[in-house]
Amino acid sequence: MVAIVDYGAGNIFSVKNALDYLGYENKLTDKKEDLEKAQAIILPGVGAFPWAMNMLKLSGLVDTIKEQAQIKPFLGICLGMQLLFEKGYEFEECSGLGLIPGYVDKIIEPDLVIPHMGWNKLVYNHDCPLFNGLTDNEYVYFVHSYKAFCDDENLYAYCEYGGRVPALVSDGKYIYGAQFHPEKSGKTGLKILENFVKLAEEVR
Amino acid sequence: MLAKRIIPCLDVRDGKVVKGVNFEGIKEVGDPVECAYEYNLQGADEIVFYDITASHEGRGVMLDVVRNAAKKVFVPLTVGGGIKTVEDIRETLRAGADKVSVNSQAVQNPQLIKDGADIFGCQCICVGVDAKKVADNKWTVYINGGRIDMHIDLIDWVKKCEQLGAGEICLNSIDTDGVRGGFDLPMLKAVCSAVKIPVIASGGAGKLGDFAEAFLETDCSAALAASLFHFKELTVQQVKEDCRSKGIIVR
Repeated sequence: MVAIVDYGAGNIFSVKNALDYLGYENKLTDKKEDLEKAQAIILPGVGAFPWAMNMLKLSGLVDTIKEQAQIKPFLGICLGMQLLFEKGYEFEECSGLGLIPGYVDKIIEPDLVIPHMGWNKLVYNHDCPLFNGLTDNEYVYFVHSYKAFCDDENLYAYCEYGGRVPALVSDGKYIYGAQFHPEKSGKTGLKILENFVKLAEEVR
Repeated sequence: MLAKRIIPCLDVRDGKVVKGVNFEGIKEVGDPVECAYEYNLQGADEIVFYDITASHEGRGVMLDVVRNAAKKVFVPLTVGGGIKTVEDIRETLRAGADKVSVNSQAVQNPQLIKDGADIFGCQCICVGVDAKKVADNKWTVYINGGRIDMHIDLIDWVKKCEQLGAGEICLNSIDTDGVRGGFDLPMLKAVCSAVKIPVIASGGAGKLGDFAEAFLETDCSAALAASLFHFKELTVQQVKEDCRSKGIIVR
């Protein structure tokens, strides 16, 4: 079972729809036991960093998430990816989950439209099992105004929008973060989700 | 670089895709969820459901359409037509839409754009604008499906929409709509240079090359068409191949 963390800040239904469509058992949940039982965990998120972090704290799941992300595949999506970092600077400085080194701050591109919204091409930086079966010409769907600032070793794919925008980050073990929405990225996104769930099968 | 988007639009009445928006001679052409799924397979970058139902019951039917489409179509979904309040926006997004498109209601109540953007984020508020030429490089804004001239200058209006927090503008030219002679390039150019937010070209696509022409001649981010795709005269894939062959970045 894949647990989709339901902490009141997310596009949880589209993630659930995508997993249902792929035929993977999944559960929207805010319960510690479900995260412990799950083979993999997805942390969605839409909204502002401090607000979402606060919602996550109120759900009482922060410690469970930090612990479970070390032992089973874990995927943060959009704001859920941003929360993986140490700090965010949306409106105010706010601590994140601290699972991947780095921080999240505003995209500053005076000549470009912000939010970065639309289909952009993935540029691969390191090999990653989530890219299995993808070509060199894959587009995914983004909607965001803030981006991650992280080390090259954690940056697995990016896209070009003025500068580099981190698209897929990882700790190199179980933790992944997608700035784009795989659940809205057509067959490319579904393939990435499928690859992620398959990791869980390998772990078992 | 963002890819240019090709967006098929489905006009929906009482849960069925229809064609002939001027209410006389409307014919049903299919099930919206099936049509959306087909467009998704063809490579549509986004799908717009435009609700032309007037009744309150119709809204519920439309939300079911969105709910069902969201279960099998994994690209952004936009819903337009009949969205009057923040509550309507909330319901539509909860049903699975990623964006809403507001048109007449935004002209009559611009605060709807601001409230929607403040609560749900500007990325989910698209403002649909119907406009018609009154003089060279001058257009006015119409409401109610192009029936009522509001005597508001188009350029002033789109700038105001941007200020209020609109995430994008879907610009429909009444002059070229249905004529099938290509998008309204002068109007598109004027709007694209007036605002920074993305502009979707709408109204006038009649043949394959019209899409690439709009992307090459103007700064529009996307192009939308309904009947051309409905009647299978062209597929989204064919349009994209044509664009790609002319050096335009598409997905």
